[in-house]
Amino acid sequence: MKNTDIISSPARSSTGRTSKNPFRKTWRLHILLLPAVLLAIIFKYAPMPGIVMAFQDFKPWLGISQSPWVGWDNFQLMFTLRGTVQVIWNTLIISVMKIIFGLAVPVLFALMLNEVRNMGMKRSIQTMVYLPHFMSWVILGGILLDLLSLDGIVNRFLVMVNLDPVMFLGEGDWFRTTVIVSDLWKEFGFSAIVFLAALSGINPDLYEAAEIDGAGRMQQTIHITLPSLLPMMVVVFTLSLGNMLNANFDQIFNLINPLVLEKGDIIDTFVFRSFQDGQYSLATTVGLFKSAIGFILISGGYYVAYRWANYRIF
Amino acid sequence: MYHKNPSYKVFYYFNLALLIVVSILCILPMIHIFAVSLSGKSAAESNLVTFFPIDFNLESYARTFENDNFTNAIWISVMRAIIGTVLSMAVTVMAAFSLSRSSVEFKARVFYVWFFLVIMIFDAGLVPNYLLIQQLGLVNSFWVLILPGLVNVWNMILMMNFFRVLPKELDEAAIVDGASTFRILFSVYLPISLPAIATISLFTMVGHWNSWFDGMLYLRSQDQWPLATLLQTIVVVQDFSKTGITPEDMAMLSNRSVKSAQIFIAMLPILAVYPFLQRFFVKGIVLGAVKE
Repeated sequence: MKNTDIISSPARSSTGRTSKNPFRKTWRLHILLLPAVLLAIIFKYAPMPGIVMAFQDFKPWLGISQSPWVGWDNFQLMFTLRGTVQVIWNTLIISVMKIIFGLAVPVLFALMLNEVRNMGMKRSIQTMVYLPHFMSWVILGGILLDLLSLDGIVNRFLVMVNLDPVMFLGEGDWFRTTVIVSDLWKEFGFSAIVFLAALSGINPDLYEAAEIDGAGRMQQTIHITLPSLLPMMVVVFTLSLGNMLNANFDQIFNLINPLVLEKGDIIDTFVFRSFQDGQYSLATTVGLFKSAIGFILISGGYYVAYRWANYRIF
Repeated sequence: MYHKNPSYKVFYYFNLALLIVVSILCILPMIHIFAVSLSGKSAAESNLVTFFPIDFNLESYARTFENDNFTNAIWISVMRAIIGTVLSMAVTVMAAFSLSRSSVEFKARVFYVWFFLVIMIFDAGLVPNYLLIQQLGLVNSFWVLILPGLVNVWNMILMMNFFRVLPKELDEAAIVDGASTFRILFSVYLPISLPAIATISLFTMVGHWNSWFDGMLYLRSQDQWPLATLLQTIVVVQDFSKTGITPEDMAMLSNRSVKSAQIFIAMLPILAVYPFLQRFFVKGIVLGAVKE
């Protein structure tokens, strides 16, 4: 870069001669982006060529350049291994349930909270329900293992009311339920924030007019509140579809145990275990499968949200 | 008025009661852990504690802090949270400022937007990422906890949206006064964006404090682990073979009230910043999520 470039100020660069080269005006903006761009290239783009391992029989001592190519064999293997098919299926079941409840419950909670008129009460409720969102799954996993064990406080309560104790984390179907419910417990409050914001944006005149027309609260909710929430619900739903193959590694990894491996193992935990066992190519293949589907779903979701609800991220 | 309708009143109080029950359920597990951590050993082991400590004592906390593994891990977590947050905010604010310019003024903006969008929606996966970190020689280095996560596209978007809603007149006035782009960012934008910067910093800090997988994946030796990784091994995996913890320490760490104390200590910094977080985050998230 020439010295004259550094001296030229934005005000001067608007003269005919300098404006021919847009870089003269904007080089500072490029400089400001430089650290982020470099870090992104090193840590996000540089690993991407590594996905060719999915088409190789990768051996660490041979490296990517020397390992033999096997074409689509790894993908074929992935869909014929009983384990991997089961893992994809588990992931889908858990994540779809999370998506459905993760939309319905926050909307319901926002509607319920919207009825509370005592501001102090409203704030206290919000303070309590947002809290679990900020705790990591290591902390919550530790707490849940303690609470839900056979002699834990939840089972003691069940025995107290004459119910049979439940192995929440030791039996496959209960494990899935526990995972879905505990995820809901952690996130429902925080997910409701966007809906509460949408609710506070509704024009009060609408309710006033409905009031004059004799509409009750129920009718107001059905005809005013819900339609006003719909665009936000569409956005949240389409964007959450991107998580279809993402059943939350942090959570499952911290709760899973050998007893529930068959029904509780998900793609990410499977990839991690294959990686630990040294099956690099299989781990990469399953990971690539997840990333590719996720890429399609997320970009599709953004496109739909953009077209239907005018949502733009950048 | 529907407020005066008797059936609405019944609904109102039923609704309120349900909400109160639900919100208490959200914090009860934490209260239980806190109560166990303050209880005596025998009461904790025999599961007698519910929500109030039995045989109140602080021994489990004293024993936790006597343990060098634990205090060392706390120190590493604090370091990573501070260094990681400061560096991440510097990168984020600078990039967000450039991205907040209009594409008329900054033609390359479209290119950069796509550049960052791609890394937001496509991830190379565990194995390629690991091999890269290995090639860079970052395995077993403290910096592996900081560098790979410095670029957070989502934070960049939040910050960019904040910059965008600032009045255009601010820029124009600064340009008339002869300020360069850097001056505009550091002397005009930065001071008035402090609330937004504080919000995103707190979120980043909590993220660092909670992050455990990178430590487990990239750091072999247990004395390099941050608190979250150590806690994961002690509390969740309950496998001490890899950690180099002595058998005496192990017996002490598997004590139930000590475990609860450790979990509570890991929650403490989050609880401490939570009031500040809550003051800001509603605004911050809404800013990022809903536009126009």
